[in-house]
Amino acid sequence: MTLSYTEFEVIGPYALLTIWACILLLIDLFIPRGQKWVTALLSAVGLAVTLGFTLTQVGLEREGFNKMVVVDGFSTFINALLLVSGLLGVALAYGYVKRMGLERGEYYTLLLFSVTGMMLMAQAADLIVVFLALELLSIPLYVLAAFNRPKTESEEAGLKYFLLGAFATGFVVYGTALVFGATGHTNLSSIVAYASTGTSGLLLTIGAALILVGFGFKVAAVPFHMWTPDVYQGAPSAVTAFMSSGAKIAGFAALLRVFSTAFPTLAAYMTDILWALAAVTMILGNFIAISQTNIKRLLAYSSIAHAGYILMAFVPYGNPEVRNVSIAAGLFYLVAYAVTNFGAWGVVIALEKAENKGLEIADYAGLGRKYPALAAAMTVFMLSLIGFPPTLGMVGKFYLFRAVLTGGYVWLAIIGVLTSLVSAYYYLRVVVTMYMKDGEPVTERETWLSITTGATAILTVVVSLAPQSLFSWAKDALLKLF
Amino acid sequence: MVPVEYYIILSAILFSIGVAGVVFRRNPLVIFMSIELMLNAANLAIVAFSSVLNSFSGQIFVFFVIAVAAAEVAVGLALIVEIFKTKHTIDVDQLNSMKG
Repeated sequence: MTLSYTEFEVIGPYALLTIWACILLLIDLFIPRGQKWVTALLSAVGLAVTLGFTLTQVGLEREGFNKMVVVDGFSTFINALLLVSGLLGVALAYGYVKRMGLERGEYYTLLLFSVTGMMLMAQAADLIVVFLALELLSIPLYVLAAFNRPKTESEEAGLKYFLLGAFATGFVVYGTALVFGATGHTNLSSIVAYASTGTSGLLLTIGAALILVGFGFKVAAVPFHMWTPDVYQGAPSAVTAFMSSGAKIAGFAALLRVFSTAFPTLAAYMTDILWALAAVTMILGNFIAISQTNIKRLLAYSSIAHAGYILMAFVPYGNPEVRNVSIAAGLFYLVAYAVTNFGAWGVVIALEKAENKGLEIADYAGLGRKYPALAAAMTVFMLSLIGFPPTLGMVGKFYLFRAVLTGGYVWLAIIGVLTSLVSAYYYLRVVVTMYMKDGEPVTERETWLSITTGATAILTVVVSLAPQSLFSWAKDALLKLF
Repeated sequence: MVPVEYYIILSAILFSIGVAGVVFRRNPLVIFMSIELMLNAANLAIVAFSSVLNSFSGQIFVFFVIAVAAAEVAVGLALIVEIFKTKHTIDVDQLNSMKG
């Protein structure tokens, strides 16, 4: 077999970022301590160039490397979103790591490696590559979660994330083994070709279920969520911001690609399981969030709850009439969640002090009077997480509920609406604390932090006024997937 | 030749022991060993299947799993050593600085 340029075109953006990250690892050795902003800048340049390269590939549909990886509308959409997440992650980290005494160059390199893993996840067309991508995105995140060593919370977060993450990997690998045994293939399109002949059966179903368990851990769906609050609270806030958005996007991308390409024949079993997972995740995530007093923990439970909303979109994946609209709604919601989530974490970072101070909801008292712009931005993010107009979250939930109703899952939509109402209670508590209570909050003013928070707040409102083009891009992205 | 079902049953047993170890043991090193057991159970199943199916992609997958498991060991042991230096214990029940 010979490799031609067209093969490399498939992995172009991914390869570019990987090589850039490797070079950066070396360059960083020559950058003196205290000058690590250079590494941050270079990593941002790498992400931006890769983003540009990815956007030139819009419309490209190709398989490469013996059908191990593909590039298509879906992977381009997800990759663009991931690269933007990476850029936001660098922007949020820039001032934060300096202030917290974490300014080590490997922070940015690890972040880049994690982004490459996430991108590979979106492009994987073979279970072997799915596994590799899963590890490539996870291992840097384990290190990043423990980056604030020797602080106990951060180390604990790292170890818990690592143990549960590796546990989840075990499920994915064993599931892959069973699928391979049942069908004789690890390639997604060969699996579906084999499965549709109807000769598979129990082994394939168990394998698919184990893979679902593994990804359930990664996207923090109940009942595989127990690591999430501790890890999100203990990890440095800038890491959590990136991890909660990026890992979720990549996890859902893989879930979507694997299940819609390889296991559509199992939809009859899987739909019920996904229905139950989505419902339990929404209910538990939102109800436990009510009792939280720490903002990082609150956002962690909010992240669990949102995994439930996004899972709703996958429930009708075996129904050819609604799945396109439904999964497009899921993609749209991923964008809405990523933007809002980064913004909310930006506000958290602005108020956070050393030694885990400034992280209680009570510390937000008086923010409305003292820093009206920051409080306004936080209000936008909280409203968007509830799903209140005029925000992206509202539009996302509207598309989601509509798709679920079209699919005929009335009860799931009802659960979604009711849990959203419940969530209003704890999100609005933050808003009420900011505006109605007196306090003297002190925030950090950092250029890149302010830009990120401001830009995400504006995007959250502006895009919600004209969401049609984003939604149709998401819908077009899925055309070739099915 | 030993029938393939035997290998699969053995690998399923190993996998279950691994899962049980992760759930019930409190020492991160033992938990980690249990996770390795899960991965190796999968390796055994893949190798058995690929020898029956005469397929090479399974064998290659096993190499990937072994290599990645080694990378995981590097990170995992580093984390455990760091925690031991800070807390002088690695019992997961003692890792409870966060509540809520």
